[in-house]
Amino acid sequence: MSTESIAWRAPQAAARPLVDKLHEWVTTVDHKRLGILYITYALFFLIIGGIEATVLRIQLIRPHNHFVPPQVFNRMFTMHGTTMIFFVAMPVLFGFANYLVPLMIGARDMAFPRLNAFSFWMTAFGGLLLYFSLLGANGLYGAGNAPDVGWFAYAPLTSLAFSPGHSTDYWTLSLLVSGFGSIGTAINIIATILCMRCPGMTLEKMPLLAWLNLVMAGLVILAVSPLTAAQIMLLIDRYLGGHFFDTQAGGSAVMWMHFFWVFGHPEVYVLVIPAFAFASEIIPVFSRKAIFGYPVMVAATICIGFIGMSVWAHHMFTVGMSSSANTFFVLSTMAIAVPTGIKIFNWLATMWGGQIDFKTPMLFCVAFLFQFLIAGLTGIMLGSAPFDWQLGNSYFVVAHFHYVIVGGILFTLFGAFYYWFPKMSGRMYNEKLGRLHFWLFIIGFHLTFDFMHIPGILGMPRRIYTYEPGRGWDVWNLIVTIGVVFQAAGVLVFIGNLLWSYFRGELAGSDPWDAWTLEWSTSSPPPAYNFGSIPTVRSRRPLWDLKHPDDPDWKYE
Amino acid sequence: MSNRPKGIVMRALKSMLAVLWFPAASAFAEPEHPFLSPTNIFAPASTPAYSIFDLSLFVLEVTAAIFLVVFSLLAYVVVKFRKKAVSDGREPAQVYGSTQLELAWTVIPILIVVTLFLAAARVIASIQNAARPSNAIEVTVIGHQFWWEYRYPSLKVVTANELHVPVSDPAHPTPTFLTLLSADTDHSFWVPRLAGKTDLIPNHPNSMWIDPHETGLYLGQCAQYCGTQHAKMLLRVYVDSRDDFDRWIQEQRQPAHLSDVASQGRHIFEITACINCHAVAGTVANGRFGPDLTHLMSRQTIASGVAKNTIGNLIAWIYKPDVFKPGCEMPSMGLSVQQSAAVAAYLVTLR
Ligand code: HEC
Ligand SMILES: [Cu+2]
Ligand SMILES: [Cu+2]
Repeated sequence: MSTESIAWRAPQAAARPLVDKLHEWVTTVDHKRLGILYITYALFFLIIGGIEATVLRIQLIRPHNHFVPPQVFNRMFTMHGTTMIFFVAMPVLFGFANYLVPLMIGARDMAFPRLNAFSFWMTAFGGLLLYFSLLGANGLYGAGNAPDVGWFAYAPLTSLAFSPGHSTDYWTLSLLVSGFGSIGTAINIIATILCMRCPGMTLEKMPLLAWLNLVMAGLVILAVSPLTAAQIMLLIDRYLGGHFFDTQAGGSAVMWMHFFWVFGHPEVYVLVIPAFAFASEIIPVFSRKAIFGYPVMVAATICIGFIGMSVWAHHMFTVGMSSSANTFFVLSTMAIAVPTGIKIFNWLATMWGGQIDFKTPMLFCVAFLFQFLIAGLTGIMLGSAPFDWQLGNSYFVVAHFHYVIVGGILFTLFGAFYYWFPKMSGRMYNEKLGRLHFWLFIIGFHLTFDFMHIPGILGMPRRIYTYEPGRGWDVWNLIVTIGVVFQAAGVLVFIGNLLWSYFRGELAGSDPWDAWTLEWSTSSPPPAYNFGSIPTVRSRRPLWDLKHPDDPDWKYE
Repeated sequence: MSNRPKGIVMRALKSMLAVLWFPAASAFAEPEHPFLSPTNIFAPASTPAYSIFDLSLFVLEVTAAIFLVVFSLLAYVVVKFRKKAVSDGREPAQVYGSTQLELAWTVIPILIVVTLFLAAARVIASIQNAARPSNAIEVTVIGHQFWWEYRYPSLKVVTANELHVPVSDPAHPTPTFLTLLSADTDHSFWVPRLAGKTDLIPNHPNSMWIDPHETGLYLGQCAQYCGTQHAKMLLRVYVDSRDDFDRWIQEQRQPAHLSDVASQGRHIFEITACINCHAVAGTVANGRFGPDLTHLMSRQTIASGVAKNTIGNLIAWIYKPDVFKPGCEMPSMGLSVQQSAAVAAYLVTLR
């Protein structure tokens, strides 16, 4: 293979005025810049969503607290959920996919660079639209307000009768607009992976990250389309006299639930599969071993994608489906545990017999394994329909899905940040601060989300702005809120670390981790168009082959 | 007589102040509760809750076992295979996979999943397909933003917020079957010690059943976000002995006990919009938008369990419902405190 990396850098740009540089960022179609735009945008909303969560937790710190009125609380949890899913998790994962996929498959850009830019700006515009509701929602009636129908916006709460004014419209439109962005990016990722791989990289020689993002993109198309359709129906209901979900005129509230969860459940996999992808790249490198059972890992992912499309109604065990429907969805939901279990065991087997180096990225990935295990097990409890009749819509569910999204996805994401930061910025992050971030965050995470299961078991429903004393919930809620302090401190250290290292960090060189995939063969940060000459590969770990000419991978694969 | 309303006014003002400044003061003593909490799902007291409890124990055991195995493996790997302080710089042996191992950790989980699935399927069938005995009590529960309406169609009783059902002797069960409807948005009926939750969805009638084994008060609350005051849509289920239950039904079937003690309050009540939303059987008040008030004083709480049913709280509620439930569907009628007190004096005659 040929991987002469070129140390070519853009001619020093110091002389150009700031406006010029900004203009370049706004008009860019470069996959790396768009990736970074996605990521920064998501970090910005992460802070906003985090502040909203903090407001919720302060309000719940004790029974009958009066920190915010009920209306504000209801808006806060709606905005928190919508923001975190659509304007933090999706964009940050798309950002990494954008940045990494072309580099890892030896391509010079995404298949459709301009569609890429268009998709990013649609997503960005969607987020602004959501937050513009704070100013514009009630139009002439006075001050604006934000949507307060919950992030799954069950009908008929969203109908004009129960949600007058425009806050629900902003919610609908913002998801509609950003949904088009997501579909655009998904098409782009699929096209890039299928058509732009470098010579020698057959499908079965792609890095796992590319495979997993391929499945993720497929799921985005399947999942976001019904959501978009539902939003359009809702708009028709609200403005053109339609009756899809208008129960007062014979519409069906349950149909909205089906539409929403046919999106909502696969969405979980849209978010978690890229997290698996990060773990599948980071764990091997820091264990110094090839990924264990590559073909099975790919098969398990595809399997998760397929089964993941058939489990949505486990979110609806309490809406009164027939016993046979409930039974079916128990089976499909539990079936998902099998491919997911395979993945966990394969990661463990990858670490087995390795020389594990606990740098920050690996710390986060090991914590992910532990937490994802627990999240999976509470998932099995919730998947057992009768158990869910008790636990559903309680704080137990809230704890469960935060275990998936924070304990699973956010942890691997932090790992990914530290792992690829040297590539993206050209500088090393500060290892000490990285560890501090890890420990603060893991303590905060467990204080908050371990103890959050308990009030759920003791009968505390979600989405209540206050609660009665004497239910045995007080103490747990206090502990949960205390955890927020540690998490917030951790995130501050993280952002401080990124900023400090961006300006002051040591130079990283092209391959600081002694890693094996193509992105490490080009300079850090990579030049425009990534590779001087397009590389050719013979195995899944081209740089391993290069570093061990006597014992290359392609002899065994 | 003349200084009584004044005393009432003072009490009302005090109780409003208490609610405003000392939020916790509006809470009141709840019954002795079992292990940790009166709403603990692991303290079942009725057949559906028991069968769910048994299933959950089984699921918890299996998941705990899985946790122990995988966690020990992870802990072992993390400790055993950390990088040595001094290394020879050589990479560890590269292993690309193992069909036997991977087969093992596919097949074993499949067996576990099948077991868990069968256990769940059995409980689903036993709860959802239970036969309805002919002596079952039938109650229609209608969810409203933010209160509960209860109708006993065959017993001709309409009431609100406090559900009464007879205790059910496991040897001769007298279960209560609930038909769940909604007047507006989605709600969910959840009294953890009696059964799992089932949603109340407009245009989509649901049903569930309970057969409490012991008398007493069982608490719960609405478990599906239904709007501003979702948090204060509390549930109270009184499980009475058969005699008490029959007596209660007899009382509820009577029209309102009317006297002229509070004719001034009754007059205000009947010329105000109160009667468009509230019913008092045997009078002109026949509104259905709010709770039936015919036997208001037979209830221990008002506004779906958020406040004790005392004259002070009634005055405060009539004067300004937002004191207890900001954003609820009962408007403040613009009555003065004196007028509110008079109306309350009428309401407390509705035993
Ligand atoms: C627009 C309809 C409406 C009007 C008018 C109205 N109410 Fe209400 N009322 C309600 C609703 C709805 C509730 C239930 C509120 C809740 O718990 O969220 C309620 C609750 C009550 C309760 C508590 C009942 C219980 O058992 O919990 C009382 C007492 C009451 N109203 C008295 C009055 C009086 C007296 C008036 C007239 C001054 C009045 N209401 C006018 C709608 C109305
Ligand atoms: Cu799901
Ligand atoms: Cu409700």
